[in-house]
Amino acid sequence: MSLNALFGQLLLGLINGSFYAMLSLGLSIIFGLLGIVNIAQGAFYMLGAFAAWILLHHFGVGYWPALILAPLAVGIIGIVIERTIIRRIYQLDHLYGLLLTLGIFQVMQGLFVYWYGTAGLSYPYPGVLSSGHNIGFMYLPNYRAWVVVASLAICFGTWYAIERTRLGAYLRAATENPTLVRAFGINVPLLVTAAFGGGVALAGLAGVLAAPIYQVNPLMGGNIIITVFAVVVIGGLGSILGSIVTGLSLGLIEGLSKVFYPEASSMVIFAMMIVVLMVKPAGLFGTER
Amino acid sequence: MNDGVVLALAALEGFYGESQILHGVDLAIGRGEIVTLVGRNGAGKTTTLRAIMGILRRRRGSARVMGAETIAWPPEKIARLGIGYVPEERGIFASLNVTENLLLPPRLKPGGMSLDEIYALFPNLRERATSGGSRLSGGEQQMLAIARVLRTGADFLVLDEPTEGLAPVIVAQIGVALDAIRQRGLTVLLVEQNFRFAARVSDRHYVMETGKIVDMIPRSEIEAKMTRLEAYLGV
Repeated sequence: MSLNALFGQLLLGLINGSFYAMLSLGLSIIFGLLGIVNIAQGAFYMLGAFAAWILLHHFGVGYWPALILAPLAVGIIGIVIERTIIRRIYQLDHLYGLLLTLGIFQVMQGLFVYWYGTAGLSYPYPGVLSSGHNIGFMYLPNYRAWVVVASLAICFGTWYAIERTRLGAYLRAATENPTLVRAFGINVPLLVTAAFGGGVALAGLAGVLAAPIYQVNPLMGGNIIITVFAVVVIGGLGSILGSIVTGLSLGLIEGLSKVFYPEASSMVIFAMMIVVLMVKPAGLFGTER
Repeated sequence: MNDGVVLALAALEGFYGESQILHGVDLAIGRGEIVTLVGRNGAGKTTTLRAIMGILRRRRGSARVMGAETIAWPPEKIARLGIGYVPEERGIFASLNVTENLLLPPRLKPGGMSLDEIYALFPNLRERATSGGSRLSGGEQQMLAIARVLRTGADFLVLDEPTEGLAPVIVAQIGVALDAIRQRGLTVLLVEQNFRFAARVSDRHYVMETGKIVDMIPRSEIEAKMTRLEAYLGV
């Protein structure tokens, strides 16, 4: 096997891992604060990609503005859904949240299949990033390098905001004891809505980044969300750092298995999930609740 | 206008689900007073504090804080009137370290204690500044819970059993803190099982039984009414 193929697969793994990390990050934030296992995260990812495509084809708005506008639109749609639908089931068991968001996911996916079919729509690479460089041991497409750098920056920025800022301290405290945080004069219901909006906007942003690499397809969310759930279970549901580290490393592991034993590549993450669930049910970075 | 009345409860009723816990609580606290709520377990003392804070959702009647009727307000709005709440379970956040816990509650009014003043009052907290919230002893947790609200400039403190389960030396330290709180002119409503502690720090005592105030004993009458008080408390 050539070194080129090895690095090619590693890069692919890193790219996939970046998307796993961004999506599971949003899931962890939402689960931490709302106690909702948000299956619809996959639909918001798909929505982000479609928002970019619609902006380009109907409004002539290109990639860079879409990188801001699409997550904003996804966040606003998420906030409306949180306020009108999800809010009603906070006091119920986690299972209800999972079922409700599964329903929301299926409806959103179904609508886009109805409108756009399942053939997929192509989204062009942004001009400046459409070429690539030969960096000696491999050919590195500029756009893929950008996705890795951008998603690492997004992950670090999110981690920093939650672990090192005042707003993040409110979020962490409200995750533990929302009632007391309210009694300190902080509007926790508003914080919850904002966290949900932020969490799904993160998925929307990942969707825009994904649009030029994968096709814009109504089924893209369903394909990735199953893997993302395995990532979240392995990392530990609700753990910010766990989401990032596990997402990236599982992407790499998946890429490596494509090189050395391709037949196993589609199940390696799930096999790991089974082992982790048996050995450390709270996940590698999680704490027992 | 509030005429120096910080808290006025009138016919306050409170419910947990379908069961009524508070059956019409009436009490009033003036600015700068330290007032204790005493009574047996299950009399509704903690529930009264939770009702004042708006944490108890189902409540009826009147709860005026600094002149404002708060009965329909959410907790965050009530707190912003300048209330510092220290719950019975202390509510130290395990995922935050001591400093983060201390700095968490937002400033409500000017005139809160500086960190130096707080550390002077509770020297242990300075030494434990970077410890995780869950690593503290019970006494340190209580000091942190009180220190946390002193920073915010809240001028009405609501303390639920601040001495519960603490060693005498720590109880004495909390007592010193309450003296400092009094000197700053803050108003305090205290739930306390430790009557010796309450008698030392408080101006007045409201006695609660089955969700109502049944008696009020000022500091000056404690000696005379000790037998009656002991009957109330069942000691």
